[in-house]
Amino acid sequence: MSSVKQILLTPLFENNPIALQILGVCSALAVTTQLSVTLVMCIALTTVTAFSNLFISLIRNHMPSSIRIIVQMTIIASLVIAVDQFLQAFAYEISKNLSVFVGLIITNCIVMGRAEAFAMKNPPGLSFLDGIGNGMGYSLVLIVVASIRELFGSGSLLGFQVLPLIENGGWYQANGLMLLSPSAFFIIGFFIWALRSVKKDQVETREFRMASRSTQDGAF
Amino acid sequence: MEQLLSLFVQAVFIENMALQMFLGMCTFLAVSKKIETAIGLGVAVIVVQVITVPANNLIFNHLLREGALDWLGMPELSLQFLGFLCYIGVIAAIVQILEMFLDKYVPALYNALGVFLPLITVNCAILGSTLLMVERDYSFPESVAFGLGSGFGWALAIVALAGIREKLKYSDVPEGLRGLGITFITVGLMSLGFMSLSGVSL
Repeated sequence: MSSVKQILLTPLFENNPIALQILGVCSALAVTTQLSVTLVMCIALTTVTAFSNLFISLIRNHMPSSIRIIVQMTIIASLVIAVDQFLQAFAYEISKNLSVFVGLIITNCIVMGRAEAFAMKNPPGLSFLDGIGNGMGYSLVLIVVASIRELFGSGSLLGFQVLPLIENGGWYQANGLMLLSPSAFFIIGFFIWALRSVKKDQVETREFRMASRSTQDGAF
Repeated sequence: MEQLLSLFVQAVFIENMALQMFLGMCTFLAVSKKIETAIGLGVAVIVVQVITVPANNLIFNHLLREGALDWLGMPELSLQFLGFLCYIGVIAAIVQILEMFLDKYVPALYNALGVFLPLITVNCAILGSTLLMVERDYSFPESVAFGLGSGFGWALAIVALAGIREKLKYSDVPEGLRGLGITFITVGLMSLGFMSLSGVSL
């Protein structure tokens, strides 16, 4: 059972797809202005990743490796079409809000990355769990970013007013910058900083070393 | 003509693919360490954008849209649900053909772009602008202008970021922020800069 737990939990902190592997960043930034929209996006992505992993893993032994990319693409695109149609039918407002980003799950590197790196080598059950695990790792970052942006940008969470705005007689002045694009970059940057301050082993090595004082003295 | 020009300027500066729409982020962050490679990838994106967006525009308007298959005697048929599958197929095919064409006829350009062309298939900026084009219902000339503008804007952003990162590697960044973290913050500052262009209108 430990391997199951490991597959589900390592993508959360140890090997987070967004913070460590730089996969699937685009949608992480774009759909995070409202928490409700973000939650739908997370569920959509987790579903697609889990099922694409499952199906690709099921046919992995019958797939010639020269055409595997196009086969994977077709499977993923079909799953995304199913999710998109479902959203348009049952959550039309949110699907309008997500606009092109549901479609962009096709090119989300997490889905392709997990299909290629995990599902091609592992049995269907484990691949399905790996998809769910990575979807959760992605969701974790998105939910944190979206909570910060919605809370400080419009003083609410999931549409409920948490911080009463000045316009409505409260005390909180909404920070409009939080709803604009630059703040998403800043928040993810700081999130990575926080994560790497805790997990020191994820710190990247320096490309260039400062010369120490003593060698400088020697040089001049 | 004037309208097309304003669409182009809007796509380059106001709705910059990378900095305002967050598209193509993965490659944007991963391949922006050197100016030369950034220019190579940028040019490749422009070329692919200019071909794929109008191509997908034709496919959408003449095959998928509701009523587009009128000439086959199926006026009510709408194949829009097949959109994603068609667009990604077209993009993958065009990138493959372009790669083979360049390899045969323009080897110098092929050697310069070679590594980046396969990467472009999964670049969300490409699929993203096709989907935006469909959503906004652009006509054929508009789709050409939009494809050119969005590709150019993306190239501009990645070259600028690569320039900054080349200098940034000599700076003393706090440990946890090194690499990816500081890149995100740099991109955030660039995005702030681009926001000041949002008042531009022709």
